[in-house]
Amino acid sequence: MSIVRPYGDATGDGMVQLSFTLPIPHDKRAEGAAVQLAGKMGMDPAMLVHAKQMGDGFTFFVVYGKVNHLVDTDKVQVVERDFPLLSAKEVNAVIKRRLRRRLNVVGACIGTDAHTVGIDAILNLKGIAGEKGLEYYSELSVTNMGAQVSVPDLVETAREKKADAVLVSQVVTQRDAHLLNTRAMSAAFREALPAGKRPLLIVGGPRFDELMAGDLGVDRIFSRGTTPREVASYLVHALVGSSS
Amino acid sequence: MAGKLDLDPRVVARARKLAARAGQPVVDLARSHTTVSVERAVLRLAGVRGADADGIPWVNRLVDAVREDVGLGHGVAVPVFHALASTGVEDVTVLAQKAAAGAVRFAVPDKKGEITAARRAASRAARAGLKQVDRRRAERDRLIKRYGDPKQRPWIYLIVATGDIYEDIPQAQAAARAGADVIAVIRSTGQSLLDYVPEGATREGFAGTYATQENFRLMRAALDETSKELGRYIRLTNYASGLCMPEIAALAGLERLDMMLNDSMYGILFRDINPIRTFVDQRFSRQVHARAGIIINTGEDNYLTTADAVEAAHTVTVSQLLNEFFAHEAGLENWQLGLGHAFEINPDLPDSFRLELAHALLARELFPDAPLKWMPPTKHMTGDVFRGNLLDGFFNLAGALTGQGILLVGMMTEAVVTPWLSDRDIALQNVRYVLNGAGNLHEDFTPGPFIRGRAEQVLTEAIDLLERIVDDTLLDAIADGTFGIMKRPADRGKGLDGVAKQDEDYYNPVTEGLE
Repeated sequence: MSIVRPYGDATGDGMVQLSFTLPIPHDKRAEGAAVQLAGKMGMDPAMLVHAKQMGDGFTFFVVYGKVNHLVDTDKVQVVERDFPLLSAKEVNAVIKRRLRRRLNVVGACIGTDAHTVGIDAILNLKGIAGEKGLEYYSELSVTNMGAQVSVPDLVETAREKKADAVLVSQVVTQRDAHLLNTRAMSAAFREALPAGKRPLLIVGGPRFDELMAGDLGVDRIFSRGTTPREVASYLVHALVGSSS
Repeated sequence: MAGKLDLDPRVVARARKLAARAGQPVVDLARSHTTVSVERAVLRLAGVRGADADGIPWVNRLVDAVREDVGLGHGVAVPVFHALASTGVEDVTVLAQKAAAGAVRFAVPDKKGEITAARRAASRAARAGLKQVDRRRAERDRLIKRYGDPKQRPWIYLIVATGDIYEDIPQAQAAARAGADVIAVIRSTGQSLLDYVPEGATREGFAGTYATQENFRLMRAALDETSKELGRYIRLTNYASGLCMPEIAALAGLERLDMMLNDSMYGILFRDINPIRTFVDQRFSRQVHARAGIIINTGEDNYLTTADAVEAAHTVTVSQLLNEFFAHEAGLENWQLGLGHAFEINPDLPDSFRLELAHALLARELFPDAPLKWMPPTKHMTGDVFRGNLLDGFFNLAGALTGQGILLVGMMTEAVVTPWLSDRDIALQNVRYVLNGAGNLHEDFTPGPFIRGRAEQVLTEAIDLLERIVDDTLLDAIADGTFGIMKRPADRGKGLDGVAKQDEDYYNPVTEGLE
């Protein structure tokens, strides 16, 4: 079935919940305004279940209601994983057999971004959620440059380490810093190295749209919830070829 | 509430002794070195103000000029005040401007009399700065007396972070009206690695607002108004960390900030700042905080964001003991030690809450007179805001149950967005519910064998680690990745070129006034 509606407690009821703040004090008019907004968002009927004034001029609302919209799952566009998910052992074996040397990975947080939590989760031995990071893979040689690395430094280190892949993490999104930094990074690599010599460029961060890789000039975007194993499997897929 | 864990006082004494032995070589290192930022802080306290047309502060220009001519090893005070006397310039900021234009040559005078005169002049100028710090401290005491401290413990600590000081001010005032006792203005991402302190009021920043003297002044003045309105003294917090830690500490003292984040190892581990630079800057900044009556907040919570909160629980204890040693050595008193720790155990782990209570209670009983800083969950906040709100509720409960001093309010939207107005309101509602409903539950709470055993185990592991650090030296332990898994060798990291060994004739009029 490709057409679905939200599910509250019965198929097809279309029920959703919504919370938001309006910059007005709480009174009857404010409640009416909240219902009006919910209506314009397609909730009909909309039930205002909670309203609370915050400070002088703001009110927080919770609204439950039925939406009329239908969604067609056939028309959804996503980046499906187009590579096989390998175990650490398989990753190492494929690299050993096909590449016959260690695969070099350089990682960094670029720009003013000091949030290394993402890159560390992927690269550090410790890893995340019980899954070891790329440092754990014996056939990967990992250089983690840490936080606030300048793009020229990153390019230089990538060149020096003969990086097969460069991983960049971006968490801060104020004024689209993550997009600007990523574009600057990919442009610098394009300028510094000819097509055949460029490392695979990968960016990751919780607020990236995985469909934007081409637009940002990188080979792959990983969004929230990505695990080291997925990244390792992708590296093998893109750089070494499939395991079969 | 000391005594619930039945900690063996001999074991506790042993832990402290080991921390002192591990820390002493680092103190010796700090006492025998100086840094560009320590010297700039001296000049700030001695009255150098403002910045050039490019926004580079005159203290930077002056220290660079002195360094160029005679190096840092003598300290900048004597060359600067000798130059002041020999050029006939009266104002030290004017001297900095002339020096930046290349019009002044700096030297360490040969004649004993000239050295004595320069030292005396430097000391007089530095004392004026310290006097201002003293006046600010007295002013705080007066205002607290007038408006009063928060009625409850823990104090409620909230963050604002818009990037624009003029946007921060109404947000901070609103947060105080909604119940916050302490306002922290998060710094712009990247400030920690700037080797100068920006000047003036700032309206642009990334995920935070620059720490500047003017921003400090504006926010303190606004919160003074709010304190008066609410009849409760609202404390202001910022960050004495990064490459300019000593200068920011000095500015905090001059502008009556009340708390400063100030960890002995955070910059090394999480910002890759050179270990020696950090320890030298640390000692000076803590001496300033001690004098200014500022409560420091240490950063042990951060270890648990990279390392596992159960496996690495003892590294928090070790770091707290080291932070305590370094703080006492620098003259800070127990009431000024907001030692950090955090609620970061994986909530899917069986008995995770009991483990949290054990760790929190251990910190409470090891440091009975310190206002511990209790940090909310971040690592296991997933974007599921409903679950996040529940976790924050348990975090608040653990804080109340174990007598934490400063509670940083957890946001259910952690890891999603910078907090919205409504997020803050919901988070404060959560805190109020817990403190109102269970604030005194600690009276009825006696831990059983599970919690007591876990606390004892963490303390034992902490002692084992301290023994290894004593054998291995703290600098090597840091280089080996003992804390937060980061490996930071002493000859690497940012800011190393700003470190100098003190010469025999090194003179620092501020340290002289603070020791």
